Amino acid sequence: MATQIVTANRLGDGLVIYLAQGGAWTDRVEDAEIARDEGDATALLARAEAPDQATRVVGPYLMAVIDEAGVPRPASNREIIRALGPSVRTDLGRQALTRASEG
Amino acid sequence: MYRYDEFDRTFVEERVEQFREQVARRLSGEIGEDEFRPLRLMNGLYLQLHAYMLRVAVPYGTLSSQQMRKLAHIARRYDQGYGHFTTRQNIQYNWVKLKEAPDILADLAEVEMHAIQTSGNCIRNVTADHFAGAAADEIEDPRIAAEVVRQWSSLHPEFSFLPRKFKVAVTGAPNDRAAVKVHDIGLQIVRDARGRTGFKVIVGGGLGRTPIIGATIREFLPKRHLLSYLEAILRVYNELGRRDNIYKARIKILVKDLGAEAFARKVEEEWSSLKDQAVDLPDGELRRIESYFAPPAFENLPAVTSGFEAKRFEDRDFARWAQRNVDAHRAPGYAIVTVSLKPEGGVPGDATAEQMEAVADLAAHYSFDEIRVSHEQNLVLPHVRQSDLYAVWQGLVAADLATANVGLISDIIACPGLDYCNLANTRSIPIAQRIGRRFAEIERQHDIGGLKLKISGCINACGHHHIGHIGLLGVDKKGEEFYQITLGGSADENAALGRILGPAFSAETVVDAVETIVDTYVDQRRAAEGFNDTLARIGLDPFKEKLYAPH
Repeated sequence: MATQIVTANRLGDGLVIYLAQGGAWTDRVEDAEIARDEGDATALLARAEAPDQATRVVGPYLMAVIDEAGVPRPASNREIIRALGPSVRTDLGRQALTRASEG
Repeated sequence: MYRYDEFDRTFVEERVEQFREQVARRLSGEIGEDEFRPLRLMNGLYLQLHAYMLRVAVPYGTLSSQQMRKLAHIARRYDQGYGHFTTRQNIQYNWVKLKEAPDILADLAEVEMHAIQTSGNCIRNVTADHFAGAAADEIEDPRIAAEVVRQWSSLHPEFSFLPRKFKVAVTGAPNDRAAVKVHDIGLQIVRDARGRTGFKVIVGGGLGRTPIIGATIREFLPKRHLLSYLEAILRVYNELGRRDNIYKARIKILVKDLGAEAFARKVEEEWSSLKDQAVDLPDGELRRIESYFAPPAFENLPAVTSGFEAKRFEDRDFARWAQRNVDAHRAPGYAIVTVSLKPEGGVPGDATAEQMEAVADLAAHYSFDEIRVSHEQNLVLPHVRQSDLYAVWQGLVAADLATANVGLISDIIACPGLDYCNLANTRSIPIAQRIGRRFAEIERQHDIGGLKLKISGCINACGHHHIGHIGLLGVDKKGEEFYQITLGGSADENAALGRILGPAFSAETVVDAVETIVDTYVDQRRAAEGFNDTLARIGLDPFKEKLYAPH
């Protein structure tokens, strides 16, 4: 089974978020909680789909990641673009924050 | 332009307040996403990769300066300072917040706009020739019929839950700029032997995973019967269209399965019981709608303006722009200006708030306050005096909107692709940008001549790749972006579907492949022969040999 994390869109503004340790949601994919087997993945998704999450997130699902020494990196082009922002507008999305902090 | 009556205004305003309540209930948790999703989609609000996306209808692509300024305001106030004009003459905002969506709709309602029926299995925004009311080759303004269909199809109770979405396009000219043969229903205004105007009715065209050129099911429909005939078509589709398989639910599949003649017979049978009922518009109401599309007060001008001609000699950049971006107008001394939204290396169809305002100002000063959105993702100033063309061009240069590439290889239609869209498999925009840069030298583009290149990031074909002279379809191969090339498509009155050239090219090699195709065409063409004519004469083989032969 591929290593997975849970992602969703934030209800209020639709921005991309990930389920982190302790049940909080984060916009940093590297802070997402990793599920390394089917049982962990099912439990992680169940937490994201709990009724109390319905006013916080939309459409949670499991996505494959590459586990780089405990840090999850998106595996697919789609999830890389979701995590960063449009590849044709690097001034928008989370990548813009990274650029700003580096600038 | 059409103006809302009291019914239109009340309906749109009530809908805004209804949606405001629905959003509040969603945010409070009173309703869940399963209940809310169809409600937001009915108001044009999608959830895409990065955020909510609002698709705003621009009926038959016509905007006033005031409406364009409002679109700019929305881009600046609620979004990231830009909007994206689409292949259905709409505008999309990519970074909308849910709680602000009702405010955006309220702002739109102030200028008689909305986002209703820009999603869902209903009759979508009716599109039309973007040169409507201005084109020299026009028989009648197609926007009158488009407005009639818009009013009839808005919240039509019988056609709000069709098997699938339904798109109608109208052209009033023999040279089809509205791609009517690849719509669910295409209407072409024609004259009969007695000189009366009516509609040729084309049904069952479409792109997507099953591309089909529409079939003509009636050569001449008298204008007064438009709505009863459309109602007959929709009834046959609503009753017999498949609902068990989303991929086979469009009317094109029904027409294909039944055969066009059998489908036409069913429509005629249904119509025979409808046409004498009160479905068609009374003459008075039709005249009322027609009056909104009366031509503006054109001056009596000479057909050729000496000042314009002189400027073309004096200023080479202006001459080049005028050659590609200016078209013949029906009124002597006037011209149609196409504003390219395809700058070198830009995102096809994107415009900043400032650019929208610049176009609005130019329209107010020089084009009777009218703007059009084209399905080719450009803007149009439809009624410009030839003597004002130089001033308009200078205004466009100042707004970075004067790229002289309309109809050339860098005037690319591209869907948003994987950079924005939830359905896409691959990116479209970066390929369009790279092709634009590869052919950046404008003299080279002009030497190549008219060439339609269209890119879709998935099989849904929003980038119209099937009907490009050169079409690129993005496909995902084990996580890598590849692009399948088709040649020979056409969206005009000679509508045709492109043929697949061979194995797909990687993202790294596809721009080289496009250049090889273009070079092969230029080498092989005779005199001013167009791309599809050359292709018809020499076939695919010379292109395949250049692209796939071992080197």
